[in-house]
Amino acid sequence: MKKAKIGVIVFPGSNCDHDSYYVAETMMKQDARLIWHKDGSIGDVDVVILPGGFSYGDYLRCGAIARFSPVMKDVVRFANNGGLVIGICNGFQVLTEAGLLPGVLLKNKSLLFICKYLHLRVENANTKFTHRCESGEIIEIPIAHGDGNYFTDQDTLKRLEDNQQVVFRYCDRFGNLTDDANPNGSLNNIAGIINEAGNVLGMMPHPERASDPVLKHIDGKKMFESIIQSINPQFQTAENMVSERSV
Amino acid sequence: MFHSNVIVTLKKSILDPQGKAVEQGIHSLGFDAVSDVRIGKYIEMDIDTNSHEDAERITKEISDKLLANLVMESYSFNTESVKE
Repeated sequence: MKKAKIGVIVFPGSNCDHDSYYVAETMMKQDARLIWHKDGSIGDVDVVILPGGFSYGDYLRCGAIARFSPVMKDVVRFANNGGLVIGICNGFQVLTEAGLLPGVLLKNKSLLFICKYLHLRVENANTKFTHRCESGEIIEIPIAHGDGNYFTDQDTLKRLEDNQQVVFRYCDRFGNLTDDANPNGSLNNIAGIINEAGNVLGMMPHPERASDPVLKHIDGKKMFESIIQSINPQFQTAENMVSERSV
Repeated sequence: MFHSNVIVTLKKSILDPQGKAVEQGIHSLGFDAVSDVRIGKYIEMDIDTNSHEDAERITKEISDKLLANLVMESYSFNTESVKE
């Protein structure tokens, strides 16, 4: 079966790059590769993952310096040509800094770094990144960030809402969008958004940390499966997943 | 040679939880008259050019593209000639 070519960008300070690589390569049995940020080109890939971490130590602002890494020019070109790009956590911050997604991730309202499992409501399951979910489905995926407070101006917010570009929202376990369920102060409980063209997604929660059954939570797997199936419609599910076999 | 000082601050409309926390500290210190504490960034740099206009243009471009994120921040700067 044709494998999806999944490039994971590695910035100095990335620390979820290998997790993403592991899910894509070992669990999903796709053709994953790590791409060093100094590479001038991403090469021949179907999808680019900007992983979580602390690129450049979060100096100046999260993602502000990573967006000037040599490889980012090619990532922007790839995205503008319709290539699939997903930014997770720090990757989301890089995408906003690079102007591929609107808005900005401010410091968490509580000022605390928050690392915990929480619930998300899938607001738009009609995307290349979420079509294996149901619209309105409640999934459990962890966050781990100090700067995840999504902010944008009112006009942009309205546009995002009107176009169904809000893909994930923080909710309680029943799916209610309460203030208590909002960990960081994000506008409208926003946890993830997609661009207007539908090929660039940014999310603060970490699907790669909720994919391996060993970790008990596997809702993040649906994002990887959605992406791979968007590239290869024959893909059904990751057969004989290593972890299931070894458990 | 020119020297630029850039000050980046969160826009007034953006909540500054760090400033709020420091404000609490200031109040604990006993200065109740203090309010609206906000945290910003200060960046200084030397620019190797003979033209004041050039130095300002360079500072502005760097500030727009890198030092400040205009969605949430604004900036001001001052550029002065320095002896080499």
